[in-house]
Amino acid sequence: MEIENKKPSLTEEEKTLFEKLMPEDMNEISALGVQRRHFLKLITLTGGALFVFQMLDRHQIFAQSSVDPALNIVKAGSIENSVNVAFRVNGARKALEVDSRMTLLDALRERLELTGSKKGCDHGQCGACTVIVDGRRILSCLTLAATCEGKSVTTIEGLAKRGALHPVQAAFIKHDGFQCGYCTPGQICSAVALMTEAKNGEASYVTANVRAKATSLQLSDDEIRERMSGNICRCGAYPNIIAAIKEVHSGKDVVQTWQFTGENNQPTFTTGG
Amino acid sequence: MAITGKPIDRVDGRLKVTGTATYAAEFNQPNMAYAVPVRSTIAKGTITTFDTVAAEKSAGVIAVLTHKNASRLKAINPEEQMKAGVIFIGEDLVPLQDNQVHYFGQFIALVVAETYEQARSAAALLEVTYNKEKHAIDLVSELPKGYKPKLLFGREAQLNTGKTADLIAASPHKIEQTYTTSTENHHPMEPHATVAVWEGADKLTLYDATQGVVITRAIAAYFLNLKPDNVRVISPFVGGGFGTKGTWLHIVLAAMAGQVTKRPVKLVISRQMMQTNVGRRSATIQKIALSSDPKGKLTAIRHNSETYTNLTQFFEPSGLATAVLYEAPLREITYQVAKLNVGAPTFMRAPGEAPGTFALESAMDEMAFEMKIDPLAFRVLNHAATDPETKHPFSANYLLECYRVGAEKFGWSARKMQPRQTRNGKYLIGYGMATATYPAGRSSASARVQMTIKGEIKVMTAASDIGTGTYTVLAQTAADALGVSVERITVEIGDTNLPPAPIAGGSQTTASVHPAVLAAVETLRKDLMLLAFSDTKSKLNGRKADEIDFAKGKFYLKGDASISDSYADIMSRNNKQIMEACATSMPASGSGLGAPVAPCMVVPLATEENSDAKKYSFHSFGAQFAEVWVDEDLGTIRVSRFTSVQDVGRIMNEKTARSQIIGGVIFGLGAALMEETQYDKHWGNPVTRSLADYHVPVNADVPQIDVHFIGKPDPHISSIGARGIGEIGITGVSAAIANAVFNATGKRIRSLPLTLDKLL
Repeated sequence: MEIENKKPSLTEEEKTLFEKLMPEDMNEISALGVQRRHFLKLITLTGGALFVFQMLDRHQIFAQSSVDPALNIVKAGSIENSVNVAFRVNGARKALEVDSRMTLLDALRERLELTGSKKGCDHGQCGACTVIVDGRRILSCLTLAATCEGKSVTTIEGLAKRGALHPVQAAFIKHDGFQCGYCTPGQICSAVALMTEAKNGEASYVTANVRAKATSLQLSDDEIRERMSGNICRCGAYPNIIAAIKEVHSGKDVVQTWQFTGENNQPTFTTGG
Repeated sequence: MAITGKPIDRVDGRLKVTGTATYAAEFNQPNMAYAVPVRSTIAKGTITTFDTVAAEKSAGVIAVLTHKNASRLKAINPEEQMKAGVIFIGEDLVPLQDNQVHYFGQFIALVVAETYEQARSAAALLEVTYNKEKHAIDLVSELPKGYKPKLLFGREAQLNTGKTADLIAASPHKIEQTYTTSTENHHPMEPHATVAVWEGADKLTLYDATQGVVITRAIAAYFLNLKPDNVRVISPFVGGGFGTKGTWLHIVLAAMAGQVTKRPVKLVISRQMMQTNVGRRSATIQKIALSSDPKGKLTAIRHNSETYTNLTQFFEPSGLATAVLYEAPLREITYQVAKLNVGAPTFMRAPGEAPGTFALESAMDEMAFEMKIDPLAFRVLNHAATDPETKHPFSANYLLECYRVGAEKFGWSARKMQPRQTRNGKYLIGYGMATATYPAGRSSASARVQMTIKGEIKVMTAASDIGTGTYTVLAQTAADALGVSVERITVEIGDTNLPPAPIAGGSQTTASVHPAVLAAVETLRKDLMLLAFSDTKSKLNGRKADEIDFAKGKFYLKGDASISDSYADIMSRNNKQIMEACATSMPASGSGLGAPVAPCMVVPLATEENSDAKKYSFHSFGAQFAEVWVDEDLGTIRVSRFTSVQDVGRIMNEKTARSQIIGGVIFGLGAALMEETQYDKHWGNPVTRSLADYHVPVNADVPQIDVHFIGKPDPHISSIGARGIGEIGITGVSAAIANAVFNATGKRIRSLPLTLDKLL
């Protein structure tokens, strides 16, 4: 349903129009397709939207005119104070007309069919909605979609590459870093971004010496606990989440330690070393 | 058995880590509208006027429902509901039927709009006026006006009222103390959500976040006056339950909105509504008295529990654990319940046992200290080898082994009897322990199993996986019973189109559903084997069942694996593309929480199993050990390590079982240290409105937790030998922590949560 302006597909007529009205943008339009700002500019230049609507394929601008027209139809004019916004999600370009009050989280879940990011509290208290925007973890429920113009969003759906799980995803499965799975996408996005933060030497509340020159940090369990405390897991998988992150961060297997007390009192299962 | 019990990864793990597991609110429909409920801003009274004009004129609004224009639904009628299987209804209050307000935050209107933003915005525009009445909100002052419930889960609620008074009064060794616990909220990470889709006027599909689709269907059908067969409830993934996802009647609000708008409607409960509308564990005041002989043998136990309720028969049954733990010639367990203008209390992870073990196990610690006996030794001394109330033997009871193993793994022998003996810098360090217990239930359940000629096996039952691992352990059971790898098995659950199974509550999915799956698979296997025996082209032609074994998708002759026949070959020669079997396992005690109607072949239990149900008392046990570090300057408590040893029968999957116990301990840690819903006395509203002020444990609050299982199958609960494991992990945790705080500081805190103000 997303609009991917991989290639400009303008008619000759449209090309002529753009060339006449906005020659300075023509190269970009050829390369990237018609983007929101071109559209707005065009409206301004021509003094009226009607003309442009007729000239341009509406599909290039409004997401609700989607591949599946039955889904997510927002009646034209029913949104007051709507905003057109375009950003990349998991590498693909998305252009939407959104209610100015719409959060990035709701845009993902209700409009872009990316329901992997979860709404747990809608108030930035639980972390279930964590996604990665331009390399940093953010709370998508506290981010208005309209503020994401030009940004690059990575959601849980974008972490696995060609069917191969991201190491953090694989480690969460191995260490049972979840039960119900609802906080999991947020936990994993948080954990993925956390690795970058450690690499950049960014300090946390429990970092011993915050004045030390930022170099790559090897995170202790306490560091991971602290840095993952913005993501609530009510099922209580925290120790398993620590194990999963530690394994990926350190590159060494983390031992799993449950035991049977049976007759011989020997642990029946451990992994790694 | 090859795979059952093994710590395999969750079979639904990949879906969950890639964001492709689909929860209720994620079943977006074409042309869907969004509903946002409006809540009352008084705790008691009547609604006098609604001004809906501004909301109706607001952009995108399709409908505004209030009691004035909402359709009339069937009224609450407990007897009729029972007949219709309408159990586990959250509160006895059908929404939008009259102008009465029973608690702050009650749903009084519903706004439906094109988008969520529009519905939310318009919901804030509704003007409501009330005739406010004086509400009841203070437990202590309302208790004298309360009542003494007669029944608790169908049994006599009050036990030996007044009978311990003389004995305890005359005893030279006794303690009498009052313990309090706070109102808690469940707060699963997934808020309740319903997508209601009507097909014509009388067919309804609900995508719902529920712990039990069968019960949700019964409730929706009952109140909306529909045939249960015309209601389908779909809930493949549930983002946590903990008791709050029985069924609350916002599901009928969503359905009503769908009727009015003639569109699919999504209704998601907000986190703030989860503090007011979907249940809570009510606060308790528990008075415990213990008396003992000079050697430390208990002579009497009294447990009087006071709590509140509203709009439900349910009240927090804090005395449950006191009925099964410890031998004492006389025990008195009583309840007093007040009615407050607070949303209905409901089942919350280990209802009764969780707050009850805080009181009882704190009192046991106090009594042990009084008697100068080690608290663990004191419990061993008073261990009940048989059920002290029913006098039945336990089906299995390895509690003493839990104590022994726990003490060893935790290092209990290093504990000092006198408090304030262990320090590290500014921290006082203490050890505490407590007993865990939870009953082991079992209900009827049905399952269907299908196998295709390609060897793809489908296990189908309307059970739920609320994070417990149902998908995974059912696949393990089926794989072993057919002698195939677990990858061959697909488990389908959470849909009323599947054979009925009980609600994921009361820690009994495994005990209930596995026998049904096992019976269905064994029936299928037997049918297949008989086909081979009667097939002249089979190498097993004319053989008998006791000569045959099976593995790797084949039957083979015991002692000579070369004489074999594969499932695929048997099916192929007999022109069967697909084979199927269905079974219902019905415990002797009746259907319990399961569906009363069995659609499949009922598999009678072995006669000894039937009589077992009456002969034995079914309980799980455990021992919880906590180490705490207390900063006396600040009053902060940190649990630095925790050991939990559990006797829960056979373990179906070590990995998921361990996770359940860890999760239970963390739930208990939250109750012990931080969780508390506080109500404003003047307005009657919870001032803890959301996760910003209702604190649940975060990663930084949680230490390493060691889990050990006794792992011995329960020979009487079922052929599988597994009891439930979802709830016992929380029991005893808060007492173990409070007892450790006493050991560290010498301060006995008898009020949960153990916040710093109580320690300073």
